[in-house]
Amino acid sequence: MIDFKEKSTELALLFLALSSIASLALITIFIIAEGVPVISKVGIINFLFGTEWAPSLGKYGILPMIVGSISVTLVALVIAVPTALCCAIFLVELSPRFLASIVRPAIQVLAGIPSVVYGFWGLIFIVPFIRNYLGGPGFSILAGSIILAIMTLPTIISIAEDALRALPPSYKEGSLALGTTQWQTIVSLQIPAARSGITAAIVLGMGRAIGETMAVIMVLGNAVALPKSILDPARTLTTNIGIEMGYASGEHQQALFATGIVLLIIIMILNSIAQYAARRR
Amino acid sequence: MSKIFNRRNNQRIAKVLIWAAAFAVILVMLAIIIYVLGKGLPVVNLNFLTQQPSDAGRAGGISSAIVGTLLVTFVAILVATPLGVGTAFYLTEYARESTVTRIIRFSAECLAGVPSIVYGLFGFIVFVIFLKLGWSVLSGGLTLAIMVLPTIIRTTEEAIRAVPKIYREVSFSLGGSRWQTITRAVVPSALPGITTGIILSIGRCVGETAAVILTAGSSLRMPTSLLSPTRTMAVHFYILAREGISIDIAYGTAALLIISVLIIDIVANILVRVFVAKVR
Repeated sequence: MIDFKEKSTELALLFLALSSIASLALITIFIIAEGVPVISKVGIINFLFGTEWAPSLGKYGILPMIVGSISVTLVALVIAVPTALCCAIFLVELSPRFLASIVRPAIQVLAGIPSVVYGFWGLIFIVPFIRNYLGGPGFSILAGSIILAIMTLPTIISIAEDALRALPPSYKEGSLALGTTQWQTIVSLQIPAARSGITAAIVLGMGRAIGETMAVIMVLGNAVALPKSILDPARTLTTNIGIEMGYASGEHQQALFATGIVLLIIIMILNSIAQYAARRR
Repeated sequence: MSKIFNRRNNQRIAKVLIWAAAFAVILVMLAIIIYVLGKGLPVVNLNFLTQQPSDAGRAGGISSAIVGTLLVTFVAILVATPLGVGTAFYLTEYARESTVTRIIRFSAECLAGVPSIVYGLFGFIVFVIFLKLGWSVLSGGLTLAIMVLPTIIRTTEEAIRAVPKIYREVSFSLGGSRWQTITRAVVPSALPGITTGIILSIGRCVGETAAVILTAGSSLRMPTSLLSPTRTMAVHFYILAREGISIDIAYGTAALLIISVLIIDIVANILVRVFVAKVR
């Protein structure tokens, strides 16, 4: 009887696991099936490296969007990763108990703030600030990056914190007993030991930054042109879909699915790199 | 003469930077929350909550958007929780490490990074067009379910992995079956982590715009069934704010969104504490 129960729970769980995975397969298949015809018609080189996006003329070059996505994400990470790591270390090592019990729920709340609210806040505060003090139209890569950095903080902090906290206390005790300072222990022992979790944290944050649409639409300016500086407006792969999906049809709509394929491939590459890094302890 | 960058000074400098980073994060949070609540709360009253929007959202309340949000989120969590938690338990407690589990895990990892707008595209082509569900609560909910699935799998897996091996060993050595070990020894200590994953997912569903606008539509009518098109609060806020329809009502909606997230968090935290206390 117990054996039967054991077997059936195992089968039920296997079924759930397979259904979860079927959804990824389905996403990939459907997006590719919708998008590939346009890519093969335009030619993959013209599609990826074309600088002209003019759906009404049948021109579909997404290089400006690729450059836009990459630059916004990188600048966002440059801001977010050090801040988030410091915050995680703060919570695990330095924070007095009562402060941690305020900071942690606050981060949880931040994670829940809808991206459109961030976007709107950026539109009201950050865009004018950049326009007045740094120049340019204000709608810029920098504005998008700042918003994305704030949005990715909760993700990176909470996962990095979990990773640091999951370390056996004996690691730290051993190191401190050898006479190292707390900072040396953090830098040369705790962070390397938690590397796989921290990598996962950064990749998830990166995924969130590359994939964010609505917040970025509001502050990025959305111009289809190769940006020359971080004060220039830009359009990302996601905002390209977000802006035009509402009215696109036919080949134009398929071109947006093709943009989705590029996003998917970027995510797959990133994840492969991250998993490789995580395995190499 | 000692160097400036000796190990004691490094420690001091690092401490200052870390405290500064932590406070910067808190300041930004407060800035956003206080600003939105300050502008939005004065707009929120009983009429705002119970009346339907009129004149494209310029007047009236946001009742239909509230109902839409609740329905879409409910469908999503109802579908995603069993799938995600089940998958995680299979991966960690049943499956032996093999190529199959590695593929499942890699897929979940990839799903986690897939941008929400791509889920929107997927939901649009599969649920709205292919399965002919149209722009509806069901299409939106199913799309969101797939979107939050990786989060639930990952957080559950991490929570299960954090349970010390010794718990399982003791349970097995007392003659417990795998199922008994999972339900009596692993689940109680992993539960706070699992719940946190589900809470994060609810938050993502409530706040998601890109995936929902493509699959649930943006109808202002009160949804009457799972197949009615609807507009969630986040979509409502986006349309009001971006098109400048009514900044006041937009702020009110944003304030309500933030407050719902706060309430969800508080309730969940209380639940976790009660449960943990009971188990001990």
